[in-house]
Amino acid sequence: MNTDETMKEIGEPAEGAGGDADSGPATFEEAFARLEQVVARLERGDAGLEEALSLFEEGVALARFCRRRLDEAEARIRVLVAGPDGAEEVDAPHLEPDLPTETDDH
Amino acid sequence: MAASEPQIYSVRELTAMVKERLTSDPRLAGVAVLGEISNFKHHSSGHMYFTLKDEHSRLRCVMFRRENMRLRFRPADGQAVIAKGDVSVYEAAGDYQLYVREMVPAGHGELALAFEQLKQKLAAEGLFDEERKRPLPVLPRRIGVVTSPEGAALRDIISVTRRRFPNMPILLAPAVVQGEEGPDSVVRAIRLMNEHGGVDVLIVGRGGGSLEDLWTFNDERVARAIAASRIPVISAVGHETDFTIADFVADKRAPTPSAAAEMAVPDKRALLAHIQGQYERLQSGVRRRIEQGRARLRLLESRPVLARPGELLLEYRQRVDDAEERAGRAARDMLDQRERALAAAAGKLDALSPVATLARGYAVARRADTGQVVRRGGQVAAGDELLIRVVDAELTASVKAVAPAPELAADAAGG
Repeated sequence: MNTDETMKEIGEPAEGAGGDADSGPATFEEAFARLEQVVARLERGDAGLEEALSLFEEGVALARFCRRRLDEAEARIRVLVAGPDGAEEVDAPHLEPDLPTETDDH
Repeated sequence: MAASEPQIYSVRELTAMVKERLTSDPRLAGVAVLGEISNFKHHSSGHMYFTLKDEHSRLRCVMFRRENMRLRFRPADGQAVIAKGDVSVYEAAGDYQLYVREMVPAGHGELALAFEQLKQKLAAEGLFDEERKRPLPVLPRRIGVVTSPEGAALRDIISVTRRRFPNMPILLAPAVVQGEEGPDSVVRAIRLMNEHGGVDVLIVGRGGGSLEDLWTFNDERVARAIAASRIPVISAVGHETDFTIADFVADKRAPTPSAAAEMAVPDKRALLAHIQGQYERLQSGVRRRIEQGRARLRLLESRPVLARPGELLLEYRQRVDDAEERAGRAARDMLDQRERALAAAAGKLDALSPVATLARGYAVARRADTGQVVRRGGQVAAGDELLIRVVDAELTASVKAVAPAPELAADAAGG
């Protein structure tokens, strides 16, 4: 079995792996930093085979978590106004910039 | 210490006492004074002598050449300045003076002095300390902005944010950012943000303007509200060269509102590209590791023990054969040895065998009744029956007579 087949066998960890509340990273920052660590460790080349595979899995889950966090937020401009029952948020579509369609690649 | 005779001092002594008083007061060292220049004289020695005045008082000043060389403007009568230095006494003239070390034009007179004073006061309280400053979040969930809803600052912040991170939510707490109502309005907005929450970083500021326009952000109340904010604050007031008290208290100072948005919000595209790069390094890293393992395995598999196990078997087989052969030889040798020993023993046995004796003509006589072997004449009498054994037969005979044969008897007895 060649390496590509081996890689397919290992595959990518299932969705939900490595991101659960008790053991996964809590913030983007933590995940991002941990991803750096994992890549560095894997590239050092001295990890045992099992460790290398588990680092790979962890790294992939972390990368997925980070990407998800970046895409999660919903663009919206709101205004905070003091109301009778405290402050409340009010939509402010008039503040959205009317940007021309972006010419550079996403 | 006797009597009430008052001490009489010399002029010199008294002057020295006054000087000592003045120079030992910490409030008079490094003091900043706002006033208008009059009687300005730039002596040929290079030293500057002048008086600072306001409506009520005058203060003699001197700024020596070494210090005034660094001045960035040319002082003149009528000019309002802030002079910083130490108060001492020029004994020869009996004058107390301000020995000026630094001087700047005070275009806005009182405002500038108030600025300096507040700055020193808050610095002394530690409000500007580095340790107090909180780090900005790497990825805020939402950014907050306190500024005028109509100003260019808000437009800049929004457009830079959208460019860098298209899906970043923004919450605006509108405020009046100049004039009388400015400070209260800004303070209220900052408080509202803190109470309402949902924002990880706060940009507080406004676009460019005159010193008076920006004055809201030099207000003590605004400074304290920024200091008290739980949410980290980026101050963005005016242009690059404008420094307000808010800038010193804030967790980060941005030279412009656009720069503030850049600090508050990461570049999403750059982050995604970085993550993609990390992902690729993971792939190549693990692939390399697997290849490494595989190469090592191939190496081991190519060793003769695994590749040609038959060889090892052959070797052992050969050893077994050798051993077998040696064992066989040894056995045969031993057998030969034993055979020879046996033959020798058999020969000896033959020599001692009674059969040979019988063959030589000797006979064994026994009494027929008891079977007792007859050795002596005394054992038999005439008429006894005897069984006589010769080499090949047994003879039955009876004794006719017994006569002694003394010569052989002597040998048999003696032995």
